[in-house]
Order: sequence, then structure tokens, then C-alpha cells
Amino acid sequence: MTTGVDLGQPQAQSVRSDEDVVRVRQLVRAVAVSVKLSLVDQTKVVTAASELARNTLVYGGGGSVEVTVVDNGRRKGVQIVFADSGPGIADLDLAMTDGYTSGGGLGLGLSGSRRLVDEFQIETSAGTGTRITVTKWSR
Amino acid sequence: MALSTEESGRLVALLSGQDERVTTRWTEIVTSSLRGRLSQAELRRQVQDLHRAIVASGEQGTIDLSADSAAELRAALSELSRGRARQGFSATETTISVFALKDVVAELVQEAGGADALKDYVAFSKLVDEMGLFTFESFVRTRESLIADQAEQLLELSTPVVKLWEGVVAVPLVGTLDSARAQVVMERLLQTLVDTGSPYAIIDITGVPAVDTQVAQHILKTVVAARLMGADCIISGIRPQIAQTIVALGIEFGDIATKASLADALRHVLRLNGVETARRQPRRDI
Amino acid sequence: MERVPILKIGDILLVSIQLDMSDQTAVALQEDLAQRIVDTGCHGVIIDITALDIVDSFVGRMLSTIASISKVLDAETVVVGMRPAVAITLVELGLSLNGIRTALNVERGMELIAAAHADELDYQLDDEPDAETATP
Repeated sequence: MTTGVDLGQPQAQSVRSDEDVVRVRQLVRAVAVSVKLSLVDQTKVVTAASELARNTLVYGGGGSVEVTVVDNGRRKGVQIVFADSGPGIADLDLAMTDGYTSGGGLGLGLSGSRRLVDEFQIETSAGTGTRITVTKWSR
Repeated sequence: MALSTEESGRLVALLSGQDERVTTRWTEIVTSSLRGRLSQAELRRQVQDLHRAIVASGEQGTIDLSADSAAELRAALSELSRGRARQGFSATETTISVFALKDVVAELVQEAGGADALKDYVAFSKLVDEMGLFTFESFVRTRESLIADQAEQLLELSTPVVKLWEGVVAVPLVGTLDSARAQVVMERLLQTLVDTGSPYAIIDITGVPAVDTQVAQHILKTVVAARLMGADCIISGIRPQIAQTIVALGIEFGDIATKASLADALRHVLRLNGVETARRQPRRDI
Repeated sequence: MERVPILKIGDILLVSIQLDMSDQTAVALQEDLAQRIVDTGCHGVIIDITALDIVDSFVGRMLSTIASISKVLDAETVVVGMRPAVAITLVELGLSLNGIRTALNVERGMELIAAAHADELDYQLDDEPDAETATP
């Protein structure tokens, strides 16, 4: 899988298909293990990554994911950036609401993943795409 | 902050030329600062280790604490501070072991004299300062990890999960529940359910002095998570004040079973499992 | 694309998910399982997710759909072996898996299905005399 890869460096993964979503999960898992997140926190961040990578694929029409190890001096963490150049999100507040979906899902992708990570930033504008940055810190 | 090749050459010559005298004087100064809390022999060994490491890295050319060639020196310094931190010495008492080298070098430089004496001494003293800071850093790191370990041990101590009956486990919660501890309890309980294959868990909060919204949320989440895994939770030991708080805060326990005491909760579970629990009948003879 | 194997044990179909499923694999499993329920006439489905280290909303939705489909086909679905970390994450995510029965392990799952099936048999037996008295 990711053996022999220097996880200290940012890892990029393009998201073009279902299998890529699986690869994103495996990559995030490997990095989360390397910064010693607890099992529950690993599970949370991998689940969030899975949701957001699927959003990138389904709503953004594909894009890229970058996973980085971050260090604030006291704790280490995993930072993941999901970027696509799709249609963007027209009504962000609505999209962040539990149960709202525009694509036939359960409507938990954005709102749910925000609860699973420590930091969640979203930049979007109609026509230029969406860029979501999430961070999970070790305890 | 590295010493130049000539400076480190002179330092090495100074230190290794009279190594017996250096280590003895160094040990003396450190011993007096620690007021006999470590044996002379042990201090002497530590000081000799440091002395050897400094000379060894100086012989490779320049002494630069952050360079690869100083790896042995750094290891010796961190070992020293780790040991001191674990033995309960203060940060001052630890770093003074390194700073004592300054006094020793000062004496030697004074004796040797020469045109560059002052310049050399300033350079050496900068190196010693750096070594002192490094020692201090690793001292703090060791203490921090000690504290973290202790906090973890405390969490483990305070959250036992006990098996009450075949298929029934209980967590008696005692003391204030903060978010971190509630999380540990939650994970421990759920893991025990899997390990023992128990479909019932009783969370007893008799020993919890107060329940706030956050704690109640954690307990509720535990119950929901247990359900997702195929187990049922019963909450017992809710004291009158806590019941009032729960209602006042508007926390919904929904269809979660709550019982007054641990015994009631166990009886409830056993009845669900079809185990008869006969109450002793009052005696009627005579 | 990889497919998840479906085993038949007595009156029960056992699905043990061992791989990190792509969404396509999950959808294929849903279809395969419906077909097997009809082909075998089984009355119980056990989905073992012990090996799954995450369940996201897509897999969660697949589990719910499988439960609903099998209900329509007169089979009881039990999801077994969910890991604690997965359960905690699902609660945080806000996914409640409504309508899905769960059990700690395969053994407990089989007991649940057997009990559900027995209830049904009892019900039928109880029902019959009533039906006779109603239409003598």
C-alpha cells in the first residue's frame, strides 16, 4: 500500500473513480497511524475523508486530495485538502444542514464530517469549485 | 552556534590533557549542588560520560550540538536529564550539572593563560549554555511524558468494567466525569462488550456527584453506540438531584431504561433473559 | 471489480465483508444478495462487518437498503460485529442505521434470527385455531 513512502511529505491522490476513494481512505489511515492518532480518532478522520472524497467525486466531478502531517509544536495531526473544480456549492448554509442532500445521499457528508474532525474550512464559489480543508489533532 | 576547528581543538586539548582533574572538579561542583542526593560514584560516572562525549565530538573537528557528529553528546545529555527527571530532581538541579563545566573550564583557562584565553572562554561558555538549554528541553519533555503517563494510568484506574453475570457487564462510575474520562469509559465499555460477547451493559452513576449536559451527551452517545453494536445499556443509580438536573436541562433519555439502583438494573436484565429472581418471601410460620 | 462472497449456512445467508469496499462493490453486494435470497428461499441474512474498519454513510445506506430489501423478500437481516470505534464514529456522524437489527457476533445474530423465526412459527400456530373457529 504505502510502504516505503515518506509520510512526512504531503501525499497527493487524484480522485477520479470509486477505487480512488478507497485509496484516499488507505492513505489517510496510514498517515493517521504515523502521527499516532487513537483508534477512534483514526476511524473518525478516515470516515470523514471517505465522505468528503466521495463528495469530490460525485458533486465536484472529480478532483484531488492532499494529505499532510501537521505539527503545532505541541501535537501532531493530519491535514487533508479536498479540491475540485466542479460547480461549487450555491447555498453553503443549506449544504451544511443535517439531512439536506442534492444528490440522493443521506445528507450527512458535509455536516457529519465536520463533527468528526477538529478543524473544518470550506471555500467555495459557483463555477470555480470547492476546496475543503480538515484537520484532526492527536490527543 | 558551532565552535571553530581551532577553538574546539583547544577545548579538547584542555579537557583531555587533564581529564582526571576535570572530572574530579566537575563531580565536586555537581555533588555540592545536589546536596548528596546522588552518590559520588554515580555522579562521577555521569560526568565521565559527558566528558568523553564532548571530547569525542571535538576530535571530529568542530563541536556543533546540532550536527550529526554530536549525536553521542546529545544522547549523553538526554540520558542525564531523563534520569534526573525520573528521580524527581528540579530543572535547576539538572541543568547545573552541565553548567558546572563552565567553572571547571574557567579555572583551567585561567591557569593556562595566553592571548586567546578570554575569547576561548566566551566561545566555550556559549557551547555550555547550548548544552544546558538542550538538557533543560529534554528534562521538560521527560516530565511532560511522565505526566501524560500518569494521567493515563489515573484514567485506567478510575474506570473498571466488571462482569456481573453471564452476558451482563457494569461500569460503576465514581467521581467527576469530564469529557476525556467519559470518552475513555465509553470506549472501554464498548470494547468489553465485544470481548465478552455481553449483550447487556449497566452504567451505574451512583458515585457521580453531578451530571451536566456534556456528560449526559456522552452517556447517551455510549448507549446509542452500544445499540449499533447490538447491545443494550441500562442506566442505574440516578440520584434525586441528578434526576432534577436532567429534567431541568431538558435532556431526553428517550427509551433508554433507567433504574434506581444497580440491583434493580441487574434484576431487570435477568428478567429480560428469562432468569427467575425469586424475592425471599416473608416467614409465615408460627 | 471485487465481489463479496455470500455463504449459505442452513437457512441463513452469511456475508462476511473482508475488504475495503469500493462503492461499486457495495452496490453489487446489494444486488447479489437480493438474488440469493430469492434463489435459496432463506429467511435470515447475517452481515458480518467485524473486518470493516470504517462504515461511512454510503456503506450505512447500503446496509439499510439490504435490510429493507430482505424484509420485502421475507428475510430478517442482522448486522453483526461492528467495532466500537466504528459505532462511536457513526453516532458522531449522525447515522442511526434505522430499521437494522444488530448483534455483537455471528452466534448472537443467529440466535436473533432463530428467535424471530420461532416467533413467526408460534404466531402461525396460534393463528390457525383462531382461523378455524372464525370460519367453522
